[in-house]
Amino acid sequence: MIKRPFIERIKPFLYLLPFIISVTLFTLYPIVNVIRMSFLEGYKYLTGAYTGVGFGNYEKVINDPYFRQAISNTFKYVLLVVPISTVIAVILANVLNQKIKFQGFFQTCYFLPMVTSSLAVGLSWRFMFNDKYGVINYLLTLIGIDPVTFLGNPSGNFLALVIFGIWAILPNTIILLLSGLQNIDPLYYTAAKVDGAKTLRIFFRITVPLLAPTIMLVIIINMISTFKMYHELFPLFNGPGVAYNLFTVVYYIYYEFRVLTPPKYGYASAAAVMLLVIVFVFTMLQRAVQAWSRKERGEDVKQVKKHRDELR
Amino acid sequence: MSNKSRNTETNSDRHIVKEPISFGRILTYVVLFAGAIIMIFPFYWMITGAFKTYQEVNLIPPTLFPSNPFNLENFIYAFKTAPFGRYFINSVLALLGCITTCSFTTILAAYAFSRLRFPGRELVFSLLLSLMMVPYEMIIITNYRTIVQWKLHDTIWALILPFMSSIFYTYILKGFFDSVPESLYQAAKVDGCSDWKYLWRVMVPMAKSSLATIILLNSIATWNSFLWPMIATNSKDVRTLPFGLYAFMTEGGQRNERMMAASTIVVIPMIIIFLFARKYIISGMSRGGIKG
Repeated sequence: MIKRPFIERIKPFLYLLPFIISVTLFTLYPIVNVIRMSFLEGYKYLTGAYTGVGFGNYEKVINDPYFRQAISNTFKYVLLVVPISTVIAVILANVLNQKIKFQGFFQTCYFLPMVTSSLAVGLSWRFMFNDKYGVINYLLTLIGIDPVTFLGNPSGNFLALVIFGIWAILPNTIILLLSGLQNIDPLYYTAAKVDGAKTLRIFFRITVPLLAPTIMLVIIINMISTFKMYHELFPLFNGPGVAYNLFTVVYYIYYEFRVLTPPKYGYASAAAVMLLVIVFVFTMLQRAVQAWSRKERGEDVKQVKKHRDELR
Repeated sequence: MSNKSRNTETNSDRHIVKEPISFGRILTYVVLFAGAIIMIFPFYWMITGAFKTYQEVNLIPPTLFPSNPFNLENFIYAFKTAPFGRYFINSVLALLGCITTCSFTTILAAYAFSRLRFPGRELVFSLLLSLMMVPYEMIIITNYRTIVQWKLHDTIWALILPFMSSIFYTYILKGFFDSVPESLYQAAKVDGCSDWKYLWRVMVPMAKSSLATIILLNSIATWNSFLWPMIATNSKDVRTLPFGLYAFMTEGGQRNERMMAASTIVVIPMIIIFLFARKYIISGMSRGGIKG
């Protein structure tokens, strides 16, 4: 092979240079640095001094009542929001996937929350959750339920957070499920109709099983994203609940390095590394499910093709 | 009217194929409408609330419509006391800064990863992809420190600098570039077209819709970004809209109607963009979501 001129050989690197510089400074270095800081005890970022190296930060964080609270809140939140939102989203994705009129209108309604500031929408929810004259409490009294102190009471806080969380995650969930539904071969439905199957039967015998890999995927993706919940705390409660009772893992990180003075970089970093480990585990799970669903789909397509050939 | 006549036309044309109005069909629409109302109601409540007076907002039962739909008092208050005009300009500046720089680095990098040959290309790219799973919240700790050390804290640069590249957008664009046949590249090369020219004259115009998706997703993310501006900036002159809104809420007391006006100012631009570019945005979102 003829040796390419020097400029030709370095050209790819020139193209990559701005990207690589930016990624190195603001993504790669921060990751390495956070892992490093998590092991430095008594670290002061102004002087760069530290008192020791080891697992001291991790020990402190794990024994911190706020962090324990954060872990338990986060798990409770994930376990409530993910299943409920998935069930609702499966239903809504299915109706949205039918031949319907005003499809554009419905899509706009369902997907609008994805493009709007979660803070602004959160403020609207706060207004709706208002303990005295909020519209939600008004509707509850209309159907004979006692008003809930959503904002002023620690137990109401969590309920408000879960309701807002479910609402906020629906659009993304529906979109992912819709693309899964569109991958189901229409031949299945035609065959079922020819056989005279009822709608509900079709839903449970065809749609749900064929959608299962997508549902699994959506559950894992939503677990990752709900695990990182903290955005919603700002508009609703201006912090971690009325009584500092709603810490979540990411809010804890934010709290340690930005709310506390002087900032506790070591604790924030240790908590961040633990978050990374949890997210890593779930991501590996996601990859596995993706690989599995691709294989399933491949076999599905083969089967459908075989059926088609047989029919001919 | 035209819609109706077209419907009757198709009805008479193929009335055999037309599905009968069944119970399931009605149920479908009931569920659809119920879902749509739940998803859209917070926006409705926000926008109507913005036009209500203090007394109206505290009414029991709440009213569905503002008594005076031309009551702009709350908007005037928002623009006067908290400088939402200034916040708006800052948001636009940050947005333009992010999308121009990020699109530039993304186009160059996607081209290099897709077309140019260098040792370790696939390995580097897959390593980059695996970085995508690292939570953004983890990165922010060090980025804050970096910005403070560079004395860019509380400047508009702090809002742009960390977002000048994106692995996710590069991944999307590389996917498109990969789908362009290699023979086109070879033909251009034979004609003496340089890589630089080929990229900007051939590839970029062809990738219009992928680029539109990237720019739209990037705009939405930048516009709504809240945590980073709150961490990296402070003074009123540099605040973007979401952070300005949060400050307005914490500093300005609990006047819901004013907060709704301020929230409306923040969401309206994105609602307009969404109405015009829904297809691009939805196709982009279905490819892997978006950062909060």
